[in-house]
Amino acid sequence: MTAPLKDITPAERARSTSFYEASARTRLELLLDAGSFVEFIGPEQREVSPHLKIFDLPEQFDDGIVVGHGRLDGAQVFVAAQEGRFMGGAFGEVHGAKLTGLLRAARQIGSIPVLILFDTGGVRLQEANAGELAIAEIMRAVMEARSSGVKVIGLIGGRSGCYGGGGLIAGCCSALAVSEPGRIAVSGPEVIETNRGVEEFDSRDRALVWRTMGGKHRRLLGAADVFAADNVQDFREAALELLGLVGPLGLERLKAEQERLADRLRRYGACEDAVDIWTAEGIVHAETVPELPADQFIALADRIGRTSRDAR
Amino acid sequence: MEDLRFQHRVRTRAGGTRQSAIVGVVASGNLEVLVERVLPDAECALDIKTAAIGFGEVWTAVVGDFVERYSPGGLRFSINDGGARPDTVSLRLAQAVRLIAENGQ
Repeated sequence: MTAPLKDITPAERARSTSFYEASARTRLELLLDAGSFVEFIGPEQREVSPHLKIFDLPEQFDDGIVVGHGRLDGAQVFVAAQEGRFMGGAFGEVHGAKLTGLLRAARQIGSIPVLILFDTGGVRLQEANAGELAIAEIMRAVMEARSSGVKVIGLIGGRSGCYGGGGLIAGCCSALAVSEPGRIAVSGPEVIETNRGVEEFDSRDRALVWRTMGGKHRRLLGAADVFAADNVQDFREAALELLGLVGPLGLERLKAEQERLADRLRRYGACEDAVDIWTAEGIVHAETVPELPADQFIALADRIGRTSRDAR
Repeated sequence: MEDLRFQHRVRTRAGGTRQSAIVGVVASGNLEVLVERVLPDAECALDIKTAAIGFGEVWTAVVGDFVERYSPGGLRFSINDGGARPDTVSLRLAQAVRLIAENGQ
């Protein structure tokens, strides 16, 4: 007999729930303190996309993003979670405006951090111009919020990964946590193959995709600060850890980030494959990295220690 | 896209105190159901926007079976459908009733 559902604590439920498989709403419910989530512009307000109807495509009442506020270990946080299964979590006009508004509110208040649960392929092609503008507005809103002292943390572990404009926004965040299935990039595998040819990048080679864009590589490169196992509780703990680590944004920090990126290019610019980079990092048997279970990988990544905590 | 609307008289009011609930996502073979407690106790209504055109008869049967089984009095269901199969539709409708039957806001 398994224990009845009511006897399972929220932390146990969050630990046994795959972040990758969960919906945006379930992720928020289990990430935040139990029962603390309050949604802004909920589905009952029916703020749907004004564009999809023109293309005879189905709408979703929240336009694929859930925004609101809640508590994390007792402290107030703003949250946004993209639903990667609705149109690949892509940014449209309303979807983007909800995130922009949330970031502007955070900037005005100044003391409440923002958690963004990315799960996106980038801009929604059916509303391309509005979507591109949304990406630009969100990037500006992230930087303005950070300039006002707001911590903006990205959590990436969904089925759509974090691609296109989502990858650009993630690059603007104070810090990122990523799991193995969470991928971070701008151009996706198919886009690279279409534009540069199969010899440049074979999008059907899943192992290549994961070791180039996947969470482990992003953690080892220092693009992501924390590696989480694929469950909601691990992402909750990662968010708490990052909120405690992130420092203020200023010119010095931006210069440090520029230096970190320049150093990365100097060290690895000539590498052909992620395995070459890991080997150059000093990892013995680098080819086994993709097979390492989460706990062993976290130990390895912490030992290598190339993080961006003094940068970003 | 095709719009369908169903209205039924029902025996009893749906349980619980929540005012609204939402389940599911709009994706291929999936649907979202937004349920709101906004109607008189003896009525229920379903507004459906579906990407699969020409399945009105199947919807009539699925909705009729659901209303008979759950008697969701007082509830309005708003559905965005990405072409879900009848069993998925039945499951989501049942989940929506179960969720709004909880106590709370």
